[in-house]
Amino acid sequence: MGEGIIEKDKKLKEGWEGISRFFRANSLWMLMYCTGCCAIELPQAMTSRYDMERLGMGPMATPRQADVLLVTGYLSVKTLRRVIYAYEQMSTPKYLVAFGPCPINGGIYYDAYAVINRLDQYLPVDVYIAGCMPKPEAVMNGFQDLIDGIKNKTADGWKRYRDNYEWYRKNQIESLGELRIKDEFHE
Amino acid sequence: MNLNEILTGTLTGLIILVFAFVWQTTLSGVTRKIVGRFQKRYGPKFYQEFRDIFKLLTKTGVTHGWVYSFGVMMALGGIMGTAMFMPVMRFTAFPGLDNVFIYVYLFAVGMLGMAMSAVGSGNPLAGIGVMRALTQMVGYEVPFLVVVLAMVYGHGTASVSELAAVQQAAGIASWNLVRMPIGTVVGFICLLGMLGKKPFETFIAPAEIASGPMVEYGGKQLGMLMLLHEFSIFIEVSLFVNLFLGGAVTVVGFIIKYVGVFVLASLVSQALGRFKIDQVIRYFYRWPIALAVAQALIVVFLGWGV
Repeated sequence: MGEGIIEKDKKLKEGWEGISRFFRANSLWMLMYCTGCCAIELPQAMTSRYDMERLGMGPMATPRQADVLLVTGYLSVKTLRRVIYAYEQMSTPKYLVAFGPCPINGGIYYDAYAVINRLDQYLPVDVYIAGCMPKPEAVMNGFQDLIDGIKNKTADGWKRYRDNYEWYRKNQIESLGELRIKDEFHE
Repeated sequence: MNLNEILTGTLTGLIILVFAFVWQTTLSGVTRKIVGRFQKRYGPKFYQEFRDIFKLLTKTGVTHGWVYSFGVMMALGGIMGTAMFMPVMRFTAFPGLDNVFIYVYLFAVGMLGMAMSAVGSGNPLAGIGVMRALTQMVGYEVPFLVVVLAMVYGHGTASVSELAAVQQAAGIASWNLVRMPIGTVVGFICLLGMLGKKPFETFIAPAEIASGPMVEYGGKQLGMLMLLHEFSIFIEVSLFVNLFLGGAVTVVGFIIKYVGVFVLASLVSQALGRFKIDQVIRYFYRWPIALAVAQALIVVFLGWGV
């Protein structure tokens, strides 16, 4: 009797998750972190030539409203802190898409003193888009990969971030150093 | 009002709410598609707005304190309550209670709930957005009410369903669009202000103040705000159709008039840029108010259009 109810509950939960995934996959709102050069390819992907809105995607103004964080290119140590703030403000489930080679291994900035090399050590990345810079076709293809990943449960970066938070946190502090804030809210 | 009437009224009101949600959400998606075609794009699926709303409702929502959470509920409740009073075709949930002023007062409950909730999130941009929204409300309400009061004076009734019935007497010739053309122009400009469409988009302004009151909303609360948005569009456009285009007797008539007004407003918004907030107020207190007063003087002293 009891097991039957648990089984039913599990099935119901899975069904609900499936419905949620359908809606999440087809309505992705982006927050664009456009400090890198790959950002120049986004206008073509958004406007009438490639028309991203077909996939149900659109730009949003703040991290709280968005589902996808686009990191377009290299990240300096200073901007990494802001990206982490933005990612942590987004409400789950959330996804992160990294453009170009710079978030993978540093790209052409691999030996720069102020640029981080691997974004994956600090934040979980769901989709990498290849190309320096990626063409709009590649961008659209990457978004299609993200949609497929959401549908078949492989885009689970937000779960990885939650489960391995200690590890990510350690890397973040190693790279950025502890932040000491002195104002009326923190004393 | 006995118990029976209250029950029937509530049931009719709920049916109107469901109709309003399904109809307006579909139409918003269709309008996005039309706007896409105007920009030589394919645009999203016509049911994209449903997917957006349901996706937001399945996400987690953070709270910024009880004022924030309670304000969202109050806003949604206030707007849904207002929508229940709206006469749709020949259905009125509470006959005799669909006075013009009901909408002015009940709509303010929703607006104040939203203002309270947005300011409760503590973000300065939300405060700026709320200040702009309420300032703009002062701008469009005055000319709109001058026209509506002239209409109420001319027809001798303030009930929206009766005002619609008066206009159905002799076909198009008895619509207020023909009887009070200047007033209709003012009404349409004020409708653009109410909808927050582009020349009067000052309080949303995504590139300037990061979508104003909505800046700290995410997940479930944003989904509720999108529901609220659909209901408030339904109220505003239905009110315009009932007051100026003679309401509607059949479903087909209602759909044609409603689609015409909403799509026209959306296309006007695509062709224009955004005013600053001081320009909005200066604009509303210059042209629409002058035209509204002229229309009121014509109705009251010359007796034309009554």
